[in-house]
Amino acid sequence: MRLHLLALLAKEPAHGYELKQALEQIFGNAYPSPNIGQIYVTLGRLEKDGLIRSVDVEQSNRPNKKVYYCTAEGREALDEWADSPTEGPRVRDEFFMKLVLAPLTGIADRTVLINRQRRHYLAIMRDLVELAQQTDQDNRPAQLLIEGAMLHLQADLDWLERCQEDLA
Amino acid sequence: MTTATGPSALHTVNLVKIYQTGGLPVHAVRGIDLLVEPGEFVAIMGPSGSGKSTLVHMLGGLDTRTSGEIWVDGKRADTLNESAWAILRRQKIGFVFQFFNLVDNMTVADNVELPALLGGAPAKHARERRQYLLGELGLTDKADAAPAQLSGGEQQRVALARALANQPQVLLADEPTGNLDSRNTRDVLRLIGEVHRQGQTIVMVTHDARVAGLADRVVTLLDGQIVDDGLMAPVRRRPKSGAGDVVELHG
Repeated sequence: MRLHLLALLAKEPAHGYELKQALEQIFGNAYPSPNIGQIYVTLGRLEKDGLIRSVDVEQSNRPNKKVYYCTAEGREALDEWADSPTEGPRVRDEFFMKLVLAPLTGIADRTVLINRQRRHYLAIMRDLVELAQQTDQDNRPAQLLIEGAMLHLQADLDWLERCQEDLA
Repeated sequence: MTTATGPSALHTVNLVKIYQTGGLPVHAVRGIDLLVEPGEFVAIMGPSGSGKSTLVHMLGGLDTRTSGEIWVDGKRADTLNESAWAILRRQKIGFVFQFFNLVDNMTVADNVELPALLGGAPAKHARERRQYLLGELGLTDKADAAPAQLSGGEQQRVALARALANQPQVLLADEPTGNLDSRNTRDVLRLIGEVHRQGQTIVMVTHDARVAGLADRVVTLLDGQIVDDGLMAPVRRRPKSGAGDVVELHG
């Protein structure tokens, strides 16, 4: 979450709660809403590393609030983030490890493992379909995030089918 | 076969299909027992060549069985001849194919209305049903077009509308979203969900997990046999692990 918050601060200075709201607004309910404590912990670390600084802003009838802004060092970290490719597809899949290794010990049957996993994926897909219907059609980032998750899940299911053909 | 509440929508007993195309016999379906209750939505999944299409084609009488029984709405159907199957389909079964089989020299509107009119529905009723279905599928402005003027995805949606025109007791479908982009798939998912809520029985072959996820029950085939047959878990609200895990962004 470090770089997500940093990117938002490079756009404009903000306090913690505004960052939480911005993430929720941009990504919709597809994105697990970060809790405010996590956000402040992350901001604290970014500040300690010199990537952001804060100023106290006085408020009437309330305690001062801290407004954070991005430093030159922070800007550099963002550039590096933007300029490097993001992690590619997994080569180690937790379910696949279980599928190959568990039957060796005699504690599980491959067909049972595959069937259970398929049902689980389909249940997740059902949730995603519902989520997409509940999410504002005009919120393109949120819709694309959900669509991306659906495509990954479809690929996982297709792969499961291949595993069933070859292993079970 | 009947249950306490009445006949099941579809029922097969030890259903077998062996193709003999020149050389060796191919066992496409090897003894399938399947019971579908009225109002149930069953998705059929499995790798290509596992017998999914052969199974639904036999359920609709579009392919003959080698042995075993098929019961539709409590009546034995595997022993019917072709014309008796045609009547049964007209009365009780809607079918959406992987390829659309629309009538080329009729408009989209007429294609969709035809099954309802053949089934004896009043013209006004057939027209209203057609307008509703084309509207739900975003095809209202294509009503007067010829099928050949439509894209593959549009033709596929017309085929779905046609299959539902007669409000058949059973909708059989073979990969009904195979040619659709994600936006069109959304319309199709919504309509399928809607007719299912209205009580439509659906048996659908699909690779598409979005479609299968809507089903009450998923039957998985491998080498012509059922390897899994289970009810889907009911929809959970914002699961702690589930959708959230899948859509988590990498930081």
